[in-house]
Amino acid sequence: MSNKILVFVEQRNGEIKKSSLEAVKAGSLFAEQLGISSEAVVIGNEITNFNSISNYGISNVTHLKSADLALYSTTGYSQALSEYAKGTNADILFFANSSMAKDLAPHIAIQLDASLAMDCVELNIQNGEIIATRPVYAGKALAEIRLTKSTKIYTIRPNTFPLGEGNGKNTEVKIKEILNVNLSTKVTELKQNNDKIDVAEASIIVSGGRGLQAPENFAMLEELAKLLNAAVGASRAAVDAGWRPHGDQVGQTGKTVSPNLYIAVGISGAIQHLAGMRSSKYIVAINKDPEAPIFAAADYGIAGDAFEIVPKLIEELKK
Amino acid sequence: MKIVVCVSHVPDSAAKINIGADEKNIDKNGVSFILNPYDEFALEEALKIKDSIGADVVLVSVGGDEVKETIRKGLAMGADSGILLKTNAYRDSISTAKLIAEEIKLQGANLVFLGKQSIDGDNGVVGQLVAEILGFNSVSVAVSFNLNGDKIVAEREIEGGREVVETSLPAVITAQKGLNDPRYASLKGIMAAKKKVIDEKEVTVSEIGVELIKLKKPAQKQAGKILGKDSSAVPELVRLLKEEAKVI
Repeated sequence: MSNKILVFVEQRNGEIKKSSLEAVKAGSLFAEQLGISSEAVVIGNEITNFNSISNYGISNVTHLKSADLALYSTTGYSQALSEYAKGTNADILFFANSSMAKDLAPHIAIQLDASLAMDCVELNIQNGEIIATRPVYAGKALAEIRLTKSTKIYTIRPNTFPLGEGNGKNTEVKIKEILNVNLSTKVTELKQNNDKIDVAEASIIVSGGRGLQAPENFAMLEELAKLLNAAVGASRAAVDAGWRPHGDQVGQTGKTVSPNLYIAVGISGAIQHLAGMRSSKYIVAINKDPEAPIFAAADYGIAGDAFEIVPKLIEELKK
Repeated sequence: MKIVVCVSHVPDSAAKINIGADEKNIDKNGVSFILNPYDEFALEEALKIKDSIGADVVLVSVGGDEVKETIRKGLAMGADSGILLKTNAYRDSISTAKLIAEEIKLQGANLVFLGKQSIDGDNGVVGQLVAEILGFNSVSVAVSFNLNGDKIVAEREIEGGREVVETSLPAVITAQKGLNDPRYASLKGIMAAKKKVIDEKEVTVSEIGVELIKLKKPAQKQAGKILGKDSSAVPELVRLLKEEAKVI
């Protein structure tokens, strides 16, 4: 039997991330179903929006605080978190599957001698324990797994537990000052692309491929994305042509994503691209070639010229 | 200095994946295997160091006999030698990391490169696990890397930006696309690779912490609706997104 779920909540620039709130929601949900307690832990210096945590079911939050932990440090964060987890007797840890968690969770797994399940897209309870489903081969297959060690770590893909409305409970924040932070690996600077939404976190993605013909033609996708509060993604062809940065690539050698809506423009739908986005809840394809494989994966398609359809779509959404 | 580069033998990203009858393995029939694409960036970074200050670059891989083909590809790119930790047993990331860490210790390497993930299991954690087991520093998902004496300044890709990370040797670095442009194996490299040594060592997989219940195919979607051939279909698309899908 498990004892307690501890949810790691991530902040950046002192602000708690939405994907972590999804992990909070999942943590409180599964603690309730398993009949065990749950709590959340945040690592950082000054943090502004603690209340967002209790909105999603966990009111007991501990803030591991130090000026040295304002920015991420693999060594500092893993030391603080695993010591805290040991002290609180948590034996199930939840993380949002963010770039920080992907770095942090494996270090924690060794420090706690835990089993590790990364990038879970489904969690279910069977016979009193959690069964996780996670994509392998970029989502061309799914693995159903059971963690067998007494301490278990799950990272959960964003958009797996949609947030919905919070319930606005009060948060009780305990502050624990962390002394002697191990900074043998530390982030010294955060270089952010101004306000850009990342494809890995977005709930809507507008992606472009070779069919856009030139880098400047992504401007219309940027405009469409702005209207939808979406991220702009790209196919491997567009990235390899140098039209878009590597970080925007969706597919097997880019990011695998599960947004609510994925709009593929001028993307034919090579198998490695489909693998990276087929778990999107709704897929729209806009492509000249009605035979393109992307249409088989799409919920809605328009088999026509993107340069005519996208401006019309922008116009229609502005209405 | 000695640099270890870990490589894995994975199905081509263009391959269709079918589940085997045992539901625990994929059906390898007709699937071509490649050097994991992210490992090419890892190896290139090690070879750049070899080119500039000299280094002995050793490839380490875990798996069956078939993996030697992938180790050869790395040797053809310019690695000096290869080690196959030979086992056909089921492994999770942690058991794989333990085998690799043990070998790195034997090699006495203080710099290790891996791809940020293998495109089969997609866990993306072996590098960080190896670092933690060995007590090395680590930087994952690196898109830039600079070594000066034993000081490291690297950048790692995060959501919507990059983190500049400072650390020092000994270290494990996992490579992301964009770190460099991997070289192609030259004909001379391919010929030379045939003479290079691949040391095979039988290994035993330790305790497993992840039980694979089964592999399954993702649910197939029903083919969608083609709404039209031009912009006259746009209003209907917007209506469906709002009223049927309720996603905008």
